Amino acid sequence: MKKYTYTEKKDTRSGFGAGLHEAGKKNENVVALCADLVGSLKMDAFIKDFPERFTQVGIAEANMIGIAAGMTIGGKIPFTGTFANFSTGRVYDQIRQSVAYSNKNVKICASHAGLTLGEDGATHQILEDIGLMKMLPGMVVINPCDYNQTKAATIAIAEYEGPVYLRFGRPVIPVFTDPDQKFEIGKAWMVNEGKDVTIIATGHMVWKAIEAGEKLAELGIDAEIINIHTIKPLDDEAILTSVKKTGCVVTCEEHNKFGGLGESVARLLTTELPTPQEFVATNDTFGESGTPDQLMSKYGLDAINIVEAAQKVIGRKK
Amino acid sequence: MKHTIKELEDIASQIRRDIVRMVHGCQSGHPGASLGCADFFTALYFEVMNHKTDFTMEGAGEDLFFLSNGHISPVWYSTLAHAGYFDKSELATFRKLDSRLQGHPTTHEHLPGIRIASGSLGQGLSVAIGAALAKKLNGDKSYIFALLGDGELQEGQNWEAAMFAPFNKVDHLIASVDYNGQQIDGPTSKVLALDDLQAKFEAFGWHVINTDGNDMKAIVEGLHYAKTLTGKGKPILNLMSTQMGAGVDYMMGTHKWHGTAPNDEQLAAALAQLPETLGDY
Repeated sequence: MKKYTYTEKKDTRSGFGAGLHEAGKKNENVVALCADLVGSLKMDAFIKDFPERFTQVGIAEANMIGIAAGMTIGGKIPFTGTFANFSTGRVYDQIRQSVAYSNKNVKICASHAGLTLGEDGATHQILEDIGLMKMLPGMVVINPCDYNQTKAATIAIAEYEGPVYLRFGRPVIPVFTDPDQKFEIGKAWMVNEGKDVTIIATGHMVWKAIEAGEKLAELGIDAEIINIHTIKPLDDEAILTSVKKTGCVVTCEEHNKFGGLGESVARLLTTELPTPQEFVATNDTFGESGTPDQLMSKYGLDAINIVEAAQKVIGRKK
Repeated sequence: MKHTIKELEDIASQIRRDIVRMVHGCQSGHPGASLGCADFFTALYFEVMNHKTDFTMEGAGEDLFFLSNGHISPVWYSTLAHAGYFDKSELATFRKLDSRLQGHPTTHEHLPGIRIASGSLGQGLSVAIGAALAKKLNGDKSYIFALLGDGELQEGQNWEAAMFAPFNKVDHLIASVDYNGQQIDGPTSKVLALDDLQAKFEAFGWHVINTDGNDMKAIVEGLHYAKTLTGKGKPILNLMSTQMGAGVDYMMGTHKWHGTAPNDEQLAAALAQLPETLGDY
C-alpha cells in the first residue's frame, strides 16, 4: 500500500474559494454569484479582487440560476455558490431548463454536501444531489476529494465549456493530493495499485478509502484504490481495467446509494463486465443532527465499513 | 419610423395567419396569447429593436429579446421568419418530429433568434436580468427586452427577479407583461388574482408604464417611450393590455383558446378575418 501522509487539514470549500480566485485572475469573464452564503462558500478573495464581477442575489436561488444562465449569453462564465441542497433540489427545474437544456456555461458550485454538513441536520444534508445532477443530459458532475483537488477542479471547470456541477463540503479533512496537480475532467486518479479488490471512492470518502486500504493491507488484502472525482462523464476505461484485474469492486460515496456513483459504476459493469459490487453509501435515508464524524459512523461511511465491504465482496468472487 | 403603422399592421396580420395555420397544421399549440401578442412582436422586431438576423448567441451591440411564456412560440417563430432569421417555409414544421420549431422555444435545435429555452414558466425575467448584467460588464449599452405572461406571474421566481432588478439598478431592461387576464383554467381573477400589478411592481421599485398591446401605434410609441426611461436606475415594466385571440373574433376574450387548435372550418373562419399580406408559408 502506497503511503499517503498529510501535514494539514483543510475544508474542500476553501479549495473552491482559492480556485475561484485563481480562475478569476486567469480569465476576466469568470463571474461569481452567491445566495447569501459568501462566507460559507469562501468567496471573499474573489469578491475583494473582483467586486464588479460578483453578484449577491440574496436568498433567491432560483433567480440566481436564471441570472447565471443569462450572463453566459454575454460570454460570462458564472460560478454560482450556495449549499448543495439549495444548489440542486431547490432549483432543479431552473437548472434543467435554463442551464442544462439550454446548454449554458454555468458552473453550479455546491458546498456543505452530504452528512458532513453536521449539526444543521437533514434539511440541509442533501444525499441525493449527485443523482439529480447526473440525470441531466450534458451535465458534468464532479466531487473532488481534498483541498488541492477541489482548487484544481475549480480552475479546470472554468476552462471547460458547458454546464458543470461541482460538489464539495464543509469539514476540514486531510490534504493529501499534489498541490500542483493538473485536474483532468473525466480522468480517474489511481491512488493505489492492488490486485484483490477495487475500491472506487469520491469526495470525502477517498481519504477513508486510503485508511481502509491500510487496514486491508494489514489483513493481507491488496486493494486497488481509484479516485473517481468526475462521476459524469465516468472514466469507464479506468474502472474496467481495474476490475478486470481484481474481479470485485466496492464503491464509496457520501450520498444515497440510490442514484450515486455506485449506481453509475454498476451500470457500467452490468453492461460491460458483470462483477460483484458492494456499496458504501447511505441507504435510502435522510441524515440528522450530529458532528460530521458521528454521522459518518452512524450511517456506515467509515473506513471500517469499507474494509468490511471489501472482505464481503472478495468472498463473492467466483 | 422604419415602417408606417399600416405596414406594421399588415405584418401583424400575416403573423396572425401563420399562427392559426401553424397550430392547425399540427393540431396543437397555443393560439390565444400568440394572437394577442402579434402586434407586440411586430413592433419589437420590425420597429423598436436594434437586431441582426445574422444570428450570434452573444448578440454583442444588439438589443436582445427573451420570451418567458414560451408557449406562445408560434408568434415568435413567425416573427423571426418574416424578420429574416430563417425561411418561412420552416414554419410548416412547427411541433413536428425533427423540427427546430419545438413546441416551446429552445436553443437545443439551434434555431436562429432563440437564446434560452422557455416553457416551464417564471424563468425568463431572471435570464433577461443576467443578460443585462453581462451587457453592463461588457460596456454594451444595448437594451434587453423580455415578455412575461400575466398568469406566469403566479410563479415565485418572478418576484425574486422583480426584487433583484431595481435594487441592482438593472436599468437597460424593458420587461413587458402580456396582461390578457386569462390562463388555462379560466380568468386570472378567478384562478389567482393578480390585482394591482402596477402597484406591485412600483412597490418593488420598477418604473411602470401602461400600453394597449393591440393598438400598433400605441405599442410602438410605448416601447420607444420605455427606451427613453432607461439608464435612470430603474428597470422598466410595460404593463401591456391585450386580448387573448386578438384578430380572430371567436377566439377573443376567452381562455378557451389558450391551448386549443382550430379545426378546418374554424381555420377558414379565422383566415377570412386575417388578410394575407406577405404571402403564406
